[in-house]
Amino acid sequence: MAYVITSNSYYEIFSLPVDWNVDRLVLDRRYHQLQQEFHPDRFAARSDVDKRLAVQTASFINDAYDTLITPIKRAQYLLQLDGVESDQERHITTDTSFLMQQIELREELDDLQQKDKASQAALSALEALKERAHATYNDLQTQFNTFYAARQQSSASEAIAKMQFFAKFLEQIELLEEQLDG
Amino acid sequence: MALLQISEPGASPQPHQRKQAVGIDLGTTNSLVALVRSGSAEVLLDEDGRAMLPSVVHYGKDGSRLVGALASHLAVSDPLNTLSSAKRLLGRGMADIHSLGARLPYDFDHDDGGMPKFRTCQGAVSPIQVSAEILRTLSERAEKALGVMLDGAVITVPAYFDDAQRQATKDAATLAGIKVLRLLNEPTAAAIAYGLDRADEGIIAVYDLGGGTFDISVLKLTKGVFQVLATGGDSALGGDDFDRAIADWIGEQMGLDLVIDPAQQRQLLVSARAAKESLTTSESTLINVEDWQGQLTREQLALLIEPMIEQTLRACKRALRDARVDIQSVNDIVLVGGSTRTPLVNTRVSEFFGRAARVDLDPDSVVAFGAALQAEVLIGNQSGKERLLLDVIPLSLGIETMGGLIEKIIHRNTTIPVSKAQEFTTFKNGQTVMAIHVLQGERELAGDCRSLARFELRDIPPMVAGGAKIRVTYQVDADGLLSVSAREVVSKVESRIEVKPSYGLGENEITQMLKDSFSHARDDMAARALREQQVEADRLAEDLSAALDHDQHLLELSEAQCLRMAVAELVELRGHCSDHNTLAQQVKALSKASEGFAAKRMDSNIKSALAGHTLDEIDQD
Repeated sequence: MAYVITSNSYYEIFSLPVDWNVDRLVLDRRYHQLQQEFHPDRFAARSDVDKRLAVQTASFINDAYDTLITPIKRAQYLLQLDGVESDQERHITTDTSFLMQQIELREELDDLQQKDKASQAALSALEALKERAHATYNDLQTQFNTFYAARQQSSASEAIAKMQFFAKFLEQIELLEEQLDG
Repeated sequence: MALLQISEPGASPQPHQRKQAVGIDLGTTNSLVALVRSGSAEVLLDEDGRAMLPSVVHYGKDGSRLVGALASHLAVSDPLNTLSSAKRLLGRGMADIHSLGARLPYDFDHDDGGMPKFRTCQGAVSPIQVSAEILRTLSERAEKALGVMLDGAVITVPAYFDDAQRQATKDAATLAGIKVLRLLNEPTAAAIAYGLDRADEGIIAVYDLGGGTFDISVLKLTKGVFQVLATGGDSALGGDDFDRAIADWIGEQMGLDLVIDPAQQRQLLVSARAAKESLTTSESTLINVEDWQGQLTREQLALLIEPMIEQTLRACKRALRDARVDIQSVNDIVLVGGSTRTPLVNTRVSEFFGRAARVDLDPDSVVAFGAALQAEVLIGNQSGKERLLLDVIPLSLGIETMGGLIEKIIHRNTTIPVSKAQEFTTFKNGQTVMAIHVLQGERELAGDCRSLARFELRDIPPMVAGGAKIRVTYQVDADGLLSVSAREVVSKVESRIEVKPSYGLGENEITQMLKDSFSHARDDMAARALREQQVEADRLAEDLSAALDHDQHLLELSEAQCLRMAVAELVELRGHCSDHNTLAQQVKALSKASEGFAAKRMDSNIKSALAGHTLDEIDQD
């Protein structure tokens, strides 16, 4: 099966420079321009061959967009462009202070899970925990960028592994929020 | 001033004929058809001037089939042969029916596939067939109004419909002989209708409570781009449930047992709905059932339906969270669906969003309007360049892994179309077969999610456990329909399926039903099939000729000449061939032969689109 536009990198198709920082306004505008051109809705009255290709092309554009707007995916993709396959399992961090922090955060979340449903105190404690986790997540992104720019790929990979922990942790916070808040 | 184009003799494209497309809102309780005439959308009426077709089909002992209002009148006198709310059962299994309420007033049969069928005097009838009857009635209404055959239709579905429910809807359209241009999510259709005359941009929330389904969609509008940020809901919650709650209350007041016969159950439901409707304008209403008389007040109604409204608001909260949107940044909240006429719904939703909900468009027809507007763009009558719909998948798609767990491959609220691949490996030494179980849902255990399909990848070369690399690809198209393929990366063994949900119909079943349903009008079926192939042949010939004129440089000269000859042959065949199978074969062959060229064009298009953007940027600076 022929796949289209494999030669274009995710940055190239939006005419953006390969960089950690992405101008969201420019990205969104170009994303819309590309989908205006290639979305399957533009091919609904066309032959089946064209329709199939449109689905593949639009999927590729959506995947490219999703990669550039999602920090972890973008970080992994940048390393991949530098020839580093970031395999999360292989990067078990040896940073003991980070490990300690992980354990503490998990315990805090576990405690909140035991709390009474819909208690206002539990909700605001959860909100505070979420803010802290977000702040750390953002710091890790800055760290990644520093390592990436300095071509310290092993440290950059480790930053991604840490980001993954926080992304998952934030997901769990949201799940609990849903349970407490309905 | 626009210049008139004059083509060279012989190179003239076919004169542009206006194609006819409609939008169909296939609802749980009522259905509508709309189309665009001289620029504006209108809902089509039946002979009696009614827009809404009750989604009810009656199967008579004399072999007759009544659809709509005539059928509804028979609901109480002949309950088992009068089928309503079939949409609630589309794409569902027997197990779902028990959980939906064991008190549905029908007899059920179920075939091996687990698909429930109504037992009627005309034999077992599936919800897909019932829906097809409704769709056929509406498409006939449109063809009568237009005086020509339809070229296609946009059919709306609840945004929260899963793959099985979407596939079942598409199957119903196929049965009804309708070419589906797109399955369009109902809230998105409503947003189009609302967004049309809006110059402003911002976030809108569409709250759509119909007869049997509830959707909430959060959209971002930017210069004609309708980007769905998140969608949520419940595909088994709607006004029907309000009716049932009221009916139960009446039954309680009458001192009836829980087990009542189907006719009485229908009677209660009819009275319940009438009471509910009357309470939209008055504070209390009188109910007469048999020799019982009582009064229902808005307050009492509120007690009965409050829990259900609460449930919808929880879904709203979740959708906002998924969309990463604060409630304060929602610029507009739009109410859609007949059940939003219930005053308490309006009040509670407005309270929740902290602003008055908009109801300037008729909540019953707004979805059909939006569908008609999009149909006009899709069929190609209107360039529609300015409008783009970016919709999402409502429920995560995953695969069952060891221990009955589910690994998500595509997360809910991902923009479609989308294609994602993930690699898995073997569990045992020498394992040659891998079972792939495709699931949809948010729960962590496979058993709690909807099973869409199971298939096996065979002939994996024996390797040590963990040695093989199985790449599973999920592709979701713009209709939200999934296809799955799997291959072993080392040996390239390929196994590919188009996912057909477990409760859907097989290809053969559809063909057989099509034959049956048209047995009294065989010519009609052949004519439709031929017409469909002619349209496809025309499209292919037009697309390819235009592409060859434009992009011939992408091909070797000999390749281009081959394609041109093949196009000429197809055009020639289309001119005189009256057998749809022969034409279909030729179309297929040419499609296959031109695939490589199409891929090259798409690639080159993207490159030139990019070049264009770069120029735009320079212009702007």
